[in-house]
Amino acid sequence: MIDIFQYEFMQKAFFVAAIIAVIAPCIGTPIVLKRLSAIGDATSHSALAGIAFGLVLGINPILGAVLFSVFAVLGIELFRKVFGKYSEIATVVVMSAGIGLTAVLSGFITKGSANINSFLFGSIVAISNFEMYLTIGLGIAVIICSVLLYKELFFVTFDEEAAKLAGVPVGMINLIIMLLTAITVSVASRIVGALMISSLIVIPVAAAMMLAKSYKQTIWLSIAFAQLFTIAGLFISYYLDFRPGGTIVLLGVIFLIAVAVLTRKRRR
Amino acid sequence: MKQEVLKIENLNFEYPDISVLRNVNFTLHKGDFLGIIGANGAGKSTLIKIILKILPFSEGKITLFGEELSSFRDNYKIGYVSQKANSFNSDFPATVKEVVMANLYSRKGIFKRYTKSDYEKLEAVLDKVGMSGFEDKLIGKLSGGQQQRIFIARALISEPELLLMDEPTVGVDAKSVKQIMDIISDLNKQGITIMMTNHDTPELVRVSSKLLIFCEHGNGEFVSRNDLTMQQVNDIFAGKRVHHHD
Repeated sequence: MIDIFQYEFMQKAFFVAAIIAVIAPCIGTPIVLKRLSAIGDATSHSALAGIAFGLVLGINPILGAVLFSVFAVLGIELFRKVFGKYSEIATVVVMSAGIGLTAVLSGFITKGSANINSFLFGSIVAISNFEMYLTIGLGIAVIICSVLLYKELFFVTFDEEAAKLAGVPVGMINLIIMLLTAITVSVASRIVGALMISSLIVIPVAAAMMLAKSYKQTIWLSIAFAQLFTIAGLFISYYLDFRPGGTIVLLGVIFLIAVAVLTRKRRR
Repeated sequence: MKQEVLKIENLNFEYPDISVLRNVNFTLHKGDFLGIIGANGAGKSTLIKIILKILPFSEGKITLFGEELSSFRDNYKIGYVSQKANSFNSDFPATVKEVVMANLYSRKGIFKRYTKSDYEKLEAVLDKVGMSGFEDKLIGKLSGGQQQRIFIARALISEPELLLMDEPTVGVDAKSVKQIMDIISDLNKQGITIMMTNHDTPELVRVSSKLLIFCEHGNGEFVSRNDLTMQQVNDIFAGKRVHHHD
C-alpha cells in the first residue's frame, strides 16, 4: 500500500472527498444548467457568516452555516421575484450580506480565531467523526433525491414552463435544489472550504457540458471529473505539502481550460 | 353531437393599464381546428396563456372537457407548443429522447420510472413528426425546423386531445414551415382539436375550420370558416378586418 494511506486522517480525507465529489456535481448539474452558478458563491459566503455566528455563540459552526445558508437561498428566491428579469442582483445582494455579516461577526470571535481560517479554505485532513457522519448522511440524502426526482429535476431544469404545464410541482423541486445546495455548501465548507465549494459545484459540470452527449452523461461525467480532481488533488497536496482545498480547485480549473481548448480544436 | 372540448363564456382579461380581451365567447368541439387571427397585441397569445393557467383571468368562465378551468387537473389532455426561441437554451446538453419523454410526467406523475411502453410511445411520436432515428441526437444541434418538430412530438407524447399552438412556425425555414403545417393538419384529421395562432394569416385560414378574429378592442369574432364569403376570405388574406364594430 502506498504510504499515504497508512494514516487514518488521510483515509478519512479520501473517503469524505469522494462523497463530496458525488454530491457537488449532482446538485451542480441543475444549478449550472439553470444558469444559477453564482448561487453556490452567495450561499457559501452566507455559510461563512453562519460559521462566524456559531463560533461567537459557541455552538457548532456547521449548524450555524446550515442555518444561515438556508436563510440565504430563501432570501435569493424572494429577491429574485422582486428584481424580475434582473434576478442575478438577488444573488449578489445575498452574497454581500454574507460577506458583511462575516466581517462584523468575526470581530467578536475571541478564542480560536484560526478556526475561521480553516473554514475559508477547508481542512480536509482534520475532519472529526461527527463531520464525516454528517457528510455521509448528506450524501445519502442528495443521492436519493437525485435518483428519485431525476426526471422532474431534468424537466424543471430544461424547461420550467413546460414542466409546470405538465403538472410538475416546480416550486417544490426548486426549493429542494436550493436547500440541498445550502446544506451541501455548509457541510463542505469545513472540508474543502467555504471559498472553494462553489467551484467544486460548478467546474466539473462546466467541463462535462462541453463533452457530454446527453443530460444523463453530463451528470456521470461531472461526477467522474470531480472524483478525478479531488483524488489527484489530495495526492498532490500530500506529497508537495500544498493546501488540499486549493489544490483540488486549481486542478479543476486547469482541467476545464484543457477541455475547452481541446473541444474548440475538435470543432474547427 | 360532438364532444365539447373547450367552452369560453364572457371572458375578460386586462393587463394593469389596458384591457386585452373583452367579452370573448366561443365553443370548440372535438376535431375543430381554430385559427386565431389578429394584429400583434390583440390578445391571441394572452388567450392561450389563460387557458394554460399561465395568466389569471378577471371575469368569465372557461370549461375544459366539461370541467371548470380552476378544477381541471388532467394536464395530459392539453398539449402546448410555443415559439421555439422562447423555450430553450441551445447549448443545453439534452437529447431528443430526454426532452420528449420528460412530458410523460403529466401521465405518469412523480417518482415513476419509464417503462417499455413509454419508449414505444417515443418511437411513435417521433415517427409522427418525421424525426425517427433522432432519439440520441442533442437537441441543440438540430435545425430550427427539426427542433420545432421535436417540441410537437413532446406535446404529443402525453396523447393530448387539445393542442394549443402559439406561433409554432416562427423562426423556421420555409420548407420546415410546410412540413410543420402538414403535420398539424394530419393530427387534426386524426381527431385532435387544435387551437393555433400564426403570423402567416392566409395559411392559417386555409387549414382552419373555425376562426377567432380579433379586431382592435379584443372582442373576438368567432366564425366558421365555411360561413365566410370568398370576399371575406380575400379580405383576411389582404390583412383587412372582416367584421366591423361600431
